[in-house]
Amino acid sequence: MSSRIEILNEGGFRSDGRRQYELREMTFDSTAQAGADGSARVAHGLTEVLVSVFGPREARVRAQTLHDRASIHVEATIAPFSSTSDRRRRGRGDKRTLELAATIKATFEPVVQTSLYPRSQIDIFVHVLQQDGGVLQASINATTVALVNAGVPLADYVCAVTGGVHAAAPMLDLTSLEENDLPHVTVASMPRSGHLTLVSMETRLHVDRFEEILRLAGEAGPVIHKEMRAVVRQRTKDLLDGMGKGLRESNPAEAMIEDE
Amino acid sequence: MRPPSPSIPEKDFFFSALDQALRLDGRDFLEARPHSLSFGAELGHVECSLGKTRVLAQVDAKMVRPEPQRPFEGLISIHCELSPMASTEYEPGRQSDEEIALARMLDKIFRRSDTIDREALCILAGERVWHLRIAIHALADAGGLLDCASLACAAALRHFRRPDVEVVGANEVIVHPPALRAPVPLALHHTPYCITFACYRAAPEPSAAAAKGAGAGTVAGQTETAPRVLLDPAGLEHRLAQGMLHLALTPQRELAVVHKAGGLPLAPGVLMGAVQVAARRARELEAWLDVRVREDWVRKKVEVR
Repeated sequence: MSSRIEILNEGGFRSDGRRQYELREMTFDSTAQAGADGSARVAHGLTEVLVSVFGPREARVRAQTLHDRASIHVEATIAPFSSTSDRRRRGRGDKRTLELAATIKATFEPVVQTSLYPRSQIDIFVHVLQQDGGVLQASINATTVALVNAGVPLADYVCAVTGGVHAAAPMLDLTSLEENDLPHVTVASMPRSGHLTLVSMETRLHVDRFEEILRLAGEAGPVIHKEMRAVVRQRTKDLLDGMGKGLRESNPAEAMIEDE
Repeated sequence: MRPPSPSIPEKDFFFSALDQALRLDGRDFLEARPHSLSFGAELGHVECSLGKTRVLAQVDAKMVRPEPQRPFEGLISIHCELSPMASTEYEPGRQSDEEIALARMLDKIFRRSDTIDREALCILAGERVWHLRIAIHALADAGGLLDCASLACAAALRHFRRPDVEVVGANEVIVHPPALRAPVPLALHHTPYCITFACYRAAPEPSAAAAKGAGAGTVAGQTETAPRVLLDPAGLEHRLAQGMLHLALTPQRELAVVHKAGGLPLAPGVLMGAVQVAARRARELEAWLDVRVREDWVRKKVEVR
């Protein structure tokens, strides 16, 4: 079926009407789960991931406590209804899920300032709700926003993006249709330094093409960073306004002074 | 019980040596350990060593019924075994995380990158195909197990030959024993070689490393403040690495797998420098492996007059 769909047509448009370097619409919701210390629901087009962060809190398992820093614990689940092609229920031992969790853990371990919280643990729960390509990218971006919301100190934001090549034409942010047909790379960068924390590729690609994608992904990082920062600032502003409102109601005298 | 992590004096010694641009075994930063291969009596039985790391790879093929949704494709499975024989770090019994990671990486390098032409393993569509089983046994682990295992696996695939088969009529398959007809080599699209780099934070005083002849032995694009990148980390280098970068390349300068999950953040320039070094090494390994496999085939040939 997919062979009949043009990945990139003569007019330079992709199957979903985007240009080569165009990203899908990003939506961030940082109020997704009230019970968590920080949470984020991030959607890149039709790919949607919910991440909840608990902690830093006292480590549950004594044996896993580290005396000089916090331990990070990541659990990932992929909802059976998340993709149209593969609707099997993935258990806890599923290799793909375990790998996703291990990758997220390895990506954030050097970024989170764990040494500030010795003998504690940070739990990150990743739920993949919808899949349409770029699951790792969405999971990493959602984890960044969730960690920021939880107030966990980070060295920098981590911004992930997927890139692929179709007949020597590089493109960004692939859908699952494109991912199935093209070699693709997921790159996570830290926008302040421009350094890469994660580079993951599982399909064959020439070195020169790879270099091109790496450069493009480096340029896409700051764009995603801008979106994320705007969301975090908005959320903080909302919280601040909400606090001010509560103050005014409980202490009308102060509110009157402020009004003057 | 796992052995404790490297002691503080060990760490200090290693990092102060690194600050003087020295490695514990006296290699240059971008120098790999010596590698060697020995072939067993059977085709597809290869023992590979990389420094003191040794891996045994064995390929065998048997006929099975194909999966119903892919009637034209043969099956390939890769099995890894890390026993306590390889290192005190490994325990018997349950699959360890290292074992899962090794199996996943080998799976990506050889299966997902379409190294082996699966359709060439088909004998009778929907009825009979070859099932290739690649067994990897770690005999000794002194760091760089993945590189050694992938080299052993590549060598075993190149060394292996399956018996010649003939299809007579609609569904009669004749297997010719190797004594009567020369066995057939596998149809390989390319051979990927896995190359590992270990990354360490830059020296506190960059001048020290730069003064001690860092010129020839550093990745292109590496400046004084750039992290130090070591090819083929062994033993202590592996355990103290702040970031690991695994690259699998074909000699045609095609990347099959790039795996850098977390660890020390790298600038894109440093990463590309490492890729260029790896591309060169993949070409060297290819030339070397080609010669070794051909030598062994010539030695095995028995002429019948």
